This record gives sequence, structure tokens and C-alpha cells, in this order.
Amino acid sequence: MAVQQAPKVRQTEQSWWARNQRRLTPYIFIAPNMLVFTVFLFVPMVFAIYMSLNEWSLIEAPTFIGLGNYVAMAQDPQFWQSLWNTLLYTAGTVPTSIVIGLVVAIGLNRKLPARGLLRSIFFVPVVISMVAVALVGAWIFDDSYGVINNGLTALGFDPVPWLSSQRWAMVTLVVATLWVRIGFNMVVYLAALQGIPPEVYEAAHIDGATGWNRFWNITRPLLGPTTFLLVILNVIYSIHVFDLIYVMTAGGPGFSTTVLVMYVYQAAFENLQMGYASAMGVVLFALLLAFTAFQWRITRQSEGV
Amino acid sequence: MFKLLMSAASLGKQRTTGGLKPGDAAVWVLLVAGALVMLYPIYWMFATAIRPVDALFNGKFDLIPNDFVWSNFVTSWNKLPFEVYYVNSIAIALIAVVVTVFINLLAGYTFAKYEFWGRDVLFFMLLATLMIPIQVIMVPEFFVVAKLGWVNTWWGVLVPRAAEAFGIFMVRQFMVSIPDELIEAARLDGAGEFEIFRKIILPNSWPVIAVLTIFTFMWRWNDFSWPLVVLHDPSSYTVPLGLNLMKGLYFTDWTGLMSMALVSILPMLLIFVFFQRYFVQGIAGSGMK
Repeated sequence: MAVQQAPKVRQTEQSWWARNQRRLTPYIFIAPNMLVFTVFLFVPMVFAIYMSLNEWSLIEAPTFIGLGNYVAMAQDPQFWQSLWNTLLYTAGTVPTSIVIGLVVAIGLNRKLPARGLLRSIFFVPVVISMVAVALVGAWIFDDSYGVINNGLTALGFDPVPWLSSQRWAMVTLVVATLWVRIGFNMVVYLAALQGIPPEVYEAAHIDGATGWNRFWNITRPLLGPTTFLLVILNVIYSIHVFDLIYVMTAGGPGFSTTVLVMYVYQAAFENLQMGYASAMGVVLFALLLAFTAFQWRITRQSEGV
Repeated sequence: MFKLLMSAASLGKQRTTGGLKPGDAAVWVLLVAGALVMLYPIYWMFATAIRPVDALFNGKFDLIPNDFVWSNFVTSWNKLPFEVYYVNSIAIALIAVVVTVFINLLAGYTFAKYEFWGRDVLFFMLLATLMIPIQVIMVPEFFVVAKLGWVNTWWGVLVPRAAEAFGIFMVRQFMVSIPDELIEAARLDGAGEFEIFRKIILPNSWPVIAVLTIFTFMWRWNDFSWPLVVLHDPSSYTVPLGLNLMKGLYFTDWTGLMSMALVSILPMLLIFVFFQRYFVQGIAGSGMK
């Protein structure tokens, strides 16, 4: 008897699971990811917003000061300087790396000798850590013994204070960034170019469109969605830049290469201004969201026309 | 499309195209010049690393070293406990690969193939996480890690980064193209949901598994800012933190810095040489939808 009953019970259990399995499975499958995101991202994000309304040095208990940190931020020249530096760095890296990436992609989309090898070479810096990039950059651009200044001196020019002058340090960082970013943008463009059916060009050829005309009227519009994506990705990368600057210039000389992310880090871990750091972080996040929404609208509009 | 890139990547095939148009030849020369510039920093790491130390500071412009001092690598390696950093980096990267690939595959599959309440909102939230700079949340995030007792541990570095929005996105894009009929047929045969994932989905997903494995390894291997926050004890340092420490301690020892930087990028260079097409797929795939 008992032997017969056992499978019966199991069957009802199974049927409950069978009935609900499909409804519950998705939640079970995404649970590990969601748990990690919640504990290490969403909760800290909410907590950061709350902390931005407090004054807190880690040592004492936090005191609620409302929007005090935001008011202080508006009056902090270093905040504006770091925001300006972020914009400078972004403006220096994003358009240049996208344009050069596109030019290289178009070149390497032609049938040329050893183009596979050339593609690999342009792409290889993408896999290198930013710390290594920063180290080799610091050495190549070293003021006294770097190869570039050695070369300039050998040619009879004055050496350039690449990393020790406020004027040049940002330029140097932008150049080091381009080294990595060009290959990334090239690969994305190359994939998009190869997705354009050759018939499109053949038809244009019959219509007599060549060279620049062909690029401007056919290639450029077809690459629109890719460019849109690359602008967003590159802006995000540029605004997030930390490793490179931390290792290469540490934000200096003076305050000339301290970007917002760097200033947040310094405020939090060097000055122990947790509330203030959080407030700047919230502003940074809002800026990124606003930028993406803005970019989205522009694209929608231009597509509608 | 990827096949195109792949076949293009196997070089030498087009080498015999004798008659190059003048326009193409000019383009080619420019591209080769550009490629030399791109290759130069890696070469310079090597050329600096094997040079005699005093040859670095004579102010002369010589691109090719005369003497090769291979022992520089050993000397530099012994300046800091690099073997400890490498053990930490390798362990973190490998464990992270196992964890991240597994949970991202599950989640990416779910977002691609299941209808469920809240799906689109959750997916949008995942994508929004890409925009949060780590510095914004690192203070509260560090508190969570500290509460768990994970400061100075591998887990503190890898678990908070285990769920990669980019990885989920990549998997979802891939899984969408797996035919629903395969899944439905298995369901009619009475297969459980996890069984379907394991027996139907996984065997059809090797390309995306390979891409995700390589990217996860690269992300963790190259990570700097989050380990900087979590790892304070030098014995828990990863390779990038060790390099940064070396720069702080021996900031004019360019032989040491370049040789250790070169060694640190070697694993990624090798992986790149052998699995180039997966890098291209991973990055190009994100741009194509």
C-alpha cells in the first residue's frame, strides 16, 4: 500500500511544479544576476543618492544637510574645473577617434595587400589594460628622456613638456586614449560596412556617383545607426575615464587633468567627504542620462525628416 | 558577416593581387604608416625592457637597441612579489569567467526567450547600469563588500562584477536567433526548463560562450579601479595594482616598468592572436543589433 501511495504524492507535487514551472522559471533564471545587481549596484545607487544629502566624513555619524552638498558644489571652483576637464577630454577623444576609426575602416574595407594583418594591428591596443597603456604613454611622452622629446631634440626642435605642463598634459592623455579607441571604433564600423550590400554601390555606380559623393550620400546615411551607437559608447567611456589618468598624471599637474570621476574618487577616499563625493556622482550620472536622452531625440528627429 | 572578417583575417590571400590602382596604393601606404604608429608603443615596451639601463638616459634618439639585456626581466620581476600578483589575477579572472558566463547565459537566454511580467523594465534597468561610473557607487558598494568580510579577497573583486550588463546583452542578441521550435519541441517531449537550457540551448551557444569567456577574462585581467578600492593589503594585489605600486616606488625605473608592463599584457596578446575573431564578434556584435 505504502509503496503505491508514494508515487501519487509525487505526482501531485510534480503537477504543481508543472503548472507553475514556466511562469516561475524566468525569475529563477535571472535571480543570480538580479541579486548581484541589486546588492552591488541598485542598493548602492539609492544609498549614494541618500548620502548626497548628508555630510559624512566616515569617522563621525552622517548629518542630514538637505541640498547643502549641491549648493557647495555650485560654489566649488574645483568642481567646475573638473567638469570642464571632463568635457575637454570628451571633446578631444570622441569625434577624433570616431572619424579616424571610420577612415581606417573604409580604407581596410578595400581589397588591399595584408589587410587582415593591418586590421589586427589597428585593433590590438583594445585588449591592453589601461594601466599598461598609461605606463607606456608616460614613458614615451616623458619630458626628459621620452622618445618623442629625444626625437624632437635630434631634429633641432625644443622638447615639449608633455606631462609637466598644464597646457600639454590633457593633449597627451587624449593621444594615449586615441591609441586604444581608434581600433575599437574601426572594428564596429568595419562590421557595419560589410553589412552594406554591394548592390547598393553598383546601382550608385550606374547613376554616376563616385568618390566623395558616394560616401556622403550612401555610406554615411547607412552608417547612421552605427555612428549613433559609437557616439554614446565613446562618450560613456570618456566620461568614465579613470585608470589612464590615475596612473599617468594623477590629475596633475596642478588640477589640469583632474576629471570629474577622478575628483569624486579623491573627495571620497582622500578627503573623506563621502556626502560631497556622492552628490558629484549623482550629478555625473544625471549628465550621462541627459546626454543619452538628448542624443536619442536628435536621432529620432533626423530620421523623421 | 563574421565569416567575411575571418577570411579577411587570414592574411596572405590577397597578397598576389599584383595590379594595385594608384589610389589604392596611396591608401595602402597611409594605412601601413598608421599601423606602424599603432604598433610602436608595444615595440617600445620591448625595446625599453631589454636595453641596458644607462642607455635609457643618454638623451640619444635610438630606435633600435644595441645591447640586449634579457636579465632585465628577472631583475624587474624580483623587485616586487609579482608571482603573488599573478596568482591573484589569474584566480580572479578564472573564477569570474566561470561565474559570469554561467549566470549571464541564464539571464541572457531568459530575456531572449521568455515572456514574463516586468521583463522590459528589468532589461532597460540593466542597460542603464552601463552608464553608472563605478566611482559614483563605490563608497556604498565598498561598505557592502566590507560587511561581507570581503575586503582584500578575490571574492570582493569578482562577485560585485559577476553580472555584466554587456554580457547579458551580448547573450540575448545571440539567443534571439535560436529557433523557438527547438525549445517548444523539447517542452512537448516533457523536458524541464533547466534541462532545455542545458541540453538544447547550451550546445547551440558555443560561439557566444567563447566570446563571453574571452571578454570576461579580459575585463577582470585589466580591471584597475574596483580592485584599487577593495584590495588594500599588497599581498592581495592584482597585476595592474602591482604595476601601479611599482610606478609609485620606482618611478624612474623605466626598464622595470616596461618589462613588467610587457609581461602583463602578454596573456591578452596571446589570447588575441589565437582567438581574434571572437574579439571582433564581441565588439562588432554589440554595434549591430
